[in-house]
Amino acid sequence: MPLITTTHLSKTYNLGEIQVRALRGVSVDIEAGDFVSVTGPSGSGKSTFMHILGCLDRPTGGQYLLDGTDVSTLSKDELAVIRNRKIGFVFQGFNLLPRTSALDNVELPLLYSGNGMKASDRRRRAQEALAAVGLADRADHHPNQLSGGQQQRVAIARALIGDPSIVLADEPTGNLDSRTSVEVMDIFQTLNSERGITILLITHEREIAEYGSRIIGFRDGRILADHGTDARRIARTELAALPPDVDLELDRQHDAPADQGA
Amino acid sequence: MSLFMILRIALKALGRNKMRTSLTMLGMIIGVAAVITMVALGSGAQQSIEDQIKSAGTNMISVSAGNWSSGGVRHGAGSATTLSIDDAEAIREQIQGVQYVAAGVNTRGQVVFGNQNWSTRIQGADVEFPLIRFWPTELGTFFTPTDVSAAAKVAVLGTIVRDTLFGEGADPIGQTIRIRRQPFKVIGVMAVKGPGSFGEDQDDTIFVPYTTVQKKLRGIRYIQSITVSAMSAGQTVAVADEISALLRVQHGLIPGDEDDFRVRTLEEMASVRSETTRTMTSLLASIAGVSLLVGGIGIMNIMLVSVTERTREIGLRMAVGAKGKDVLFQFLVEAIVLSLLGGAIGIGLGIALSQGITQFLEWPTTISPNAVAVAFGFAAATGIFFGFYPARKAARLDPIESLRFE
Repeated sequence: MPLITTTHLSKTYNLGEIQVRALRGVSVDIEAGDFVSVTGPSGSGKSTFMHILGCLDRPTGGQYLLDGTDVSTLSKDELAVIRNRKIGFVFQGFNLLPRTSALDNVELPLLYSGNGMKASDRRRRAQEALAAVGLADRADHHPNQLSGGQQQRVAIARALIGDPSIVLADEPTGNLDSRTSVEVMDIFQTLNSERGITILLITHEREIAEYGSRIIGFRDGRILADHGTDARRIARTELAALPPDVDLELDRQHDAPADQGA
Repeated sequence: MSLFMILRIALKALGRNKMRTSLTMLGMIIGVAAVITMVALGSGAQQSIEDQIKSAGTNMISVSAGNWSSGGVRHGAGSATTLSIDDAEAIREQIQGVQYVAAGVNTRGQVVFGNQNWSTRIQGADVEFPLIRFWPTELGTFFTPTDVSAAAKVAVLGTIVRDTLFGEGADPIGQTIRIRRQPFKVIGVMAVKGPGSFGEDQDDTIFVPYTTVQKKLRGIRYIQSITVSAMSAGQTVAVADEISALLRVQHGLIPGDEDDFRVRTLEEMASVRSETTRTMTSLLASIAGVSLLVGGIGIMNIMLVSVTERTREIGLRMAVGAKGKDVLFQFLVEAIVLSLLGGAIGIGLGIALSQGITQFLEWPTTISPNAVAVAFGFAAATGIFFGFYPARKAARLDPIESLRFE
């Protein structure tokens, strides 16, 4: 059974007089362990699609089965529980809490899990998640003491901490330079191949989409194309081919406080 | 999500912006401190009045001559001449709960010693008078029953009279003064008593046996007042009622007749002034309450700003699984922590201020636990009331919109 099944998913926004049909019947299956890139120009409906798949929004029509559960009819609070347990988010603007340590940022989803986990267990898991993205030694740093790439890795650690079935990444490389982008994609590919985490990557950049194993193209609220990636890019190989990390190391030493979005 | 965790999140959020947190609390601190200080000042004034009453003798009942009517003409309070020493004896013997009884007759007169003279009040009193009023002598003694029955020409001076005739702090015992040209031997000086409950100077007086006033100074047989003390403060009112009933019988009044005497307790006399301070206290407290309200509005203002400023944070918290009520509680608890912490500091400041006022301005203040509890409770209520609207606003935010908020 697929992890995600949508049938005739539609979403219409009522903006007073005009109706905006952001999604016009989207049916798609996504298997567990897939690495799917969703691409399309702005206004194509890919963001709306992602919000619905991420249980941040509800469709106005059609059905969405996540892990066999019909989540299209759940209440707001029930959706919050699903988001907490099954979905990890990575955003373009990182969305880390300012003036809060990396460890506390990563721990955040566990505070809302409602399973009464002990504080020491939470810290241990947050520490592990940070280690998984190579930031074990930055646990006490605040976002403004981290580079953009490091901040995005903290955000990935936060997405992973609840052991989600799926990680939704919305333009995760939009604020990063190309080398850091490749590093971040390497993390996603590693998580996907080694831990079997399903990844849904939303991007408008063709090259970034090619890190996925399957590409779904959106246009005007419909799926335009849906196919396997012809020549999949492998971040690890590309990183090895790049000149040694001298520049990057320098960058890290001089960590200019990166913009972390308000 | 447990309350403890919400509290931790709220404290962390407040700690992230210490300057703003402390300024917001300042509003609450000033409000609570103002309420406590104002109420302390008010109850201090009330307390000092109560102390004054106590110094006059808490258990004291005063019986004075009432109105005397002749042929439809009413002569007013004090005109009746029906109060007699027999009434005083009857009160002493027939009423349970009476401790001391002292008859009194007053007059005024010119007092002369050497080349000094002074016009003052001359109080004819009985031997138990100092016991009723808690008013000992400073020098010498008060007169004795023998002096009273003999209508002896002995005098006990109030300090003002002593200071005027003999010089400040002098010892006049054994000297002879003239009251209305009659020689009186000075046998004592009263201790300083200070102003009475109506502001009159109680030390500007001379005490002589009431019999002396009756026979030597005025030539009358009646008395003007009887001062009584009850065994305990609790019995005062009951004893006063019994005295009224007894005197009606003594004076042969039939139902329908007007009393020809007046019985008053000190509580009655004091209640008017007490009432005034109480009004004053409520006035002060309500003015201070306004500043508490302003503090509350300050909290609401900051919380609203905070919700807007942290829209993305709220969006993120919702995205990772915070429910509406989690966000609601987070902001509500922040507001409550602000107001409670502000309230607690305000209590400390209020107490310190009150004590400072007593110390440096020498105004009496009394910290009442009630006022502290009310101010603190009000602070908490303010936090909930003014924190709720911003918190609800936060809880109702849409996660998608919030995440995109710039």
